[in-house]
Amino acid sequence: MKLRIIVTLKNGVLDPQGKAIQHALGGLGFEGVDDVRAGKIFELEVAESTSDAAIDEMCRKLLANTVIENYRIEKQ
Amino acid sequence: MKTAVIVFPGSNCDRDIAVALESVTGRKPEMVWHGESELPAGLGLIALPGGFSYGDYLRCGAIAARSPVVRAVVEAAGRGVPVLGICNGFQVLTETGLLPGALMRNAGLNFVCRDVPLTVETSQSIFTSAYAAGEGITIPVAHHDGNYFADAATLDEIEGEGRVAFRYATDVNGSARRIAGLLNKSGNVLGMMPHPERRIEAAHGGTDGRRLFEGLLEAIA
Repeated sequence: MKLRIIVTLKNGVLDPQGKAIQHALGGLGFEGVDDVRAGKIFELEVAESTSDAAIDEMCRKLLANTVIENYRIEKQ
Repeated sequence: MKTAVIVFPGSNCDRDIAVALESVTGRKPEMVWHGESELPAGLGLIALPGGFSYGDYLRCGAIAARSPVVRAVVEAAGRGVPVLGICNGFQVLTETGLLPGALMRNAGLNFVCRDVPLTVETSQSIFTSAYAAGEGITIPVAHHDGNYFADAATLDEIEGEGRVAFRYATDVNGSARRIAGLLNKSGNVLGMMPHPERRIEAAHGGTDGRRLFEGLLEAIA
């Protein structure tokens, strides 16, 4: 089973990297980019028998730091 | 006092802290490799050094926080053994949950490497007993990810419990409430971004860091 796990910063957590990317886009002449938030994508290949609970635990225990990040699990 | 320094692949301040500890305690610390699952017995201090453990992959300190030896460190901290995390060591401590919050990319995006003035916020801890509350000291920082973040409720709780050990005198990296060093609830775990082990003797430009280790030695003797 293929999984895609998308980790993003929580609302309200400042994202200096996103801000720098936003400024760089502005510098390239792209107008109207109001905000950029940087995140991470993990692509996992796991056994078909892997439970939803185990996948969720992988996210909470390692892939995301839930103090600052949210995660979303997509099964493909 | 018997001490241990945890060494991860990518640690680079492990020797600095080892030299500092030997200079203050008169005894060479035990260097404990990350794959060990047990710590030496009778430790008076466990130090998590600065550096880039596991290449800072995933998040700073994230992989180190899940290593076998750090599970033993968490267990020892629970028993009251003093634990000091400096720089990357502080990041590891937040990733384990021993300390609340997280350390994010510096607000200015630059790697900051310079002496910074700090205010000692409390002398009521085993790590800060040799300082006076409100005292100004100078300790160097060298980090890219030292921007301390926690939600407002957590920050209020930390402040209310007197757990901010050190505060930057002026903004250095965007840290919430300029927090530079933070204690756990029971006061036996300290995480800090500045490097006290780099201010041990006059040749370092000052000895403000040495007093942290001297105070600790006296406090737990």
